[in-house]
Amino acid sequence: MMRTTRRAFLRGAAASAALLPAPALAQAQPRVIVLGGGFAGATCARELQRAEHRAAVTLVEESPIYTACPFSNSVIAGLREIAAQQFGYDAIRAEGIAVSQDRARSVDPQRRLVSLSSGSALGYDRLVLAPGTDIRWGALPGYDEAAAEQMPHAWKAGDQTLLLRRQLEGMADGGTVVISAPANPFRCPPGPYERASLIAYYLKTKKPRSKLIVLDAKDSFSKQRLFQAAWHQLYPGLLEWVSLSNGGNVTEVDPATRTFVTDFATYKADVANVIPPQRAGHIAEAASVADQTGWCPIDPVSFESRLQPGIHVIGDAAIAGAMPKSAFAANAQAKVCAAAVAALLRDETPSPPKLINTCYSLVAPDYGISIAGVYHPVNGQLTDVEGAGGVSPADAPLDFRALEASYAEAWFRTITAETFG
Amino acid sequence: MSGSARLLEKWARAPRAVTLLLSLVLPVMAPAEPPAGASSCSGCHAVSARVETPIPRILGRQPTDIVAAMQAFRSGERPSTVMGRIAKGFSDDEIRVIAIWLAAQPAEAR
Ligand SMILES: Cc1cc2nc3c(=O)[nH]c(=O)nc-3n(C[C@H](O)[C@H](O)[C@H](O)COP(=O)(O)OP(=O)(O)OC[C@H]3O[C@@H](n4cnc5c(N)ncnc54)[C@H](O)[C@@H]3O)c2cc1C
Ligand code: HEC
Repeated sequence: MMRTTRRAFLRGAAASAALLPAPALAQAQPRVIVLGGGFAGATCARELQRAEHRAAVTLVEESPIYTACPFSNSVIAGLREIAAQQFGYDAIRAEGIAVSQDRARSVDPQRRLVSLSSGSALGYDRLVLAPGTDIRWGALPGYDEAAAEQMPHAWKAGDQTLLLRRQLEGMADGGTVVISAPANPFRCPPGPYERASLIAYYLKTKKPRSKLIVLDAKDSFSKQRLFQAAWHQLYPGLLEWVSLSNGGNVTEVDPATRTFVTDFATYKADVANVIPPQRAGHIAEAASVADQTGWCPIDPVSFESRLQPGIHVIGDAAIAGAMPKSAFAANAQAKVCAAAVAALLRDETPSPPKLINTCYSLVAPDYGISIAGVYHPVNGQLTDVEGAGGVSPADAPLDFRALEASYAEAWFRTITAETFG
Repeated sequence: MSGSARLLEKWARAPRAVTLLLSLVLPVMAPAEPPAGASSCSGCHAVSARVETPIPRILGRQPTDIVAAMQAFRSGERPSTVMGRIAKGFSDDEIRVIAIWLAAQPAEAR
């Protein structure tokens, strides 16, 4: 055991020694590529530029406009417009970061090259991968890209968000909405339940004879007691949650009839929202930083890949131990990773970080709840700091919930300003 | 820990000295890199002056005030929606170092 570990270590060390150029700052301008301009990547590019002026930072992002997922459930429920979710990259460009609007096609970790769809290739001393998630098309039988036009996922914000909203608006009063939620891990653990809440709010106020069913591949979920207490109070008889043990696991869908098949029954929906199984954005696999789970194992101090030296992975794509896949976590990891990359470029050792996550959810427009955590590396994993974190109090009065709803919106304004300028 | 961080920590233990020396020494001494935990605060506490927010600003304030607030949140003496849950994740030493770093950041940066 000792020997294998030691040999593996030595092999790893030899590999990194062969691959890593000596202190990158020995070169005039070390090159860092950040791939993906979401909450993780955009934050990281900006922080790096500030932390290490000598670095040449390039942000590669395929879309000219980023559409944020947090608060997109409010868009679906008609409480907010999609424009409030959208951000450009001009402020980031103005800071001296090269923003390349292009799709990364492949990464060669040995030659340290990123190949772009436009045909050009960019070399790097360090690469930060922040591609978010991709849907595992086909993992749920019947659910492919064509099916998503009938049964939207709306788990990447944009056209899908608006499609689901239009379908709800087009549904007659008395209709049935079905949401299916996947097994862990997936982007935004409380997201399906916030969505269910806000759709229930829409139905209650606009189409009160309708019904909402949540089919779940799990027996428990984030902030469950708070959600369920609020549902009982705000949406009695309207919203039904079917757990895994009660037959909630969806095994197949039929887009033509908007039908969900579970082990126990079939559900025919007027509006069907499939939240499908996910994995790290495709480029992670192309860069050989994703493991057999589809996600990327990382070192919790530097966020450097455990599989490829010189590549760091942050945000939804990373396996970040106890930290959930959230915009808050992506932004927090990005700042820690930027400091670590800056230190490594100076040939210094990054110091052990502490990170916070907080996910706010709206159960109704003026009813917010939250879950918080503080994390630090323990035995190579980001682990909950014991005694910290937890959810909003169960017995809080309505003005407390209203205050948290206002803090949720303030959080969104704050984090998007930090990420996109 | 770097020498400057150790120095800062020592000062942090002596609040009066900190207040006196802060303006003189911190611009040079405060490390560019935030101490453990500090970079997560700006997820909620806005750095940009342009952001409209009911969440109080915490940059460029007296470190002793930040330390007192964090300790009161942690003990529950000061009620909060979320800060109690967050402050419980930090030791006195960590809070002091974070408070000094926050104090050294320009209040209306970026
Ligand atoms: C409905 C919903 C509600 C949510 N609510 C909240 C919330 O309230 N609070 C919260 O904290 N989180 C929330 N989240 C989660 C949050 O949206 C994600 O955790 C967050 O977006 C992750 O950030 P990221 O930067 O890792 O990935 P992303 O935001 O997905 O960014 C990845 C970027 O990389 C780009 N990209 C990918 N591959 C390539 C490539 N090959 N070449 C070029 N560019 C590429 C993409 O275009 C994209 O812009 C919610 C999510 C959903 C779906
Ligand atoms: C999830 C959002 C969030 C995060 C993250 C967060 N705070 Fe707060 N903070 C708040 C809110 C909201 C308040 C108001 C009290 C409350 O309701 O919790 C507050 C209040 C404070 C106050 C009191 C300020 C005053 O003027 O009264 C201090 C000090 C503070 N926070 C420090 C910190 C520090 C230090 C960190 C990082 C270690 C941090 N906060 C991280 C949301 C946050």
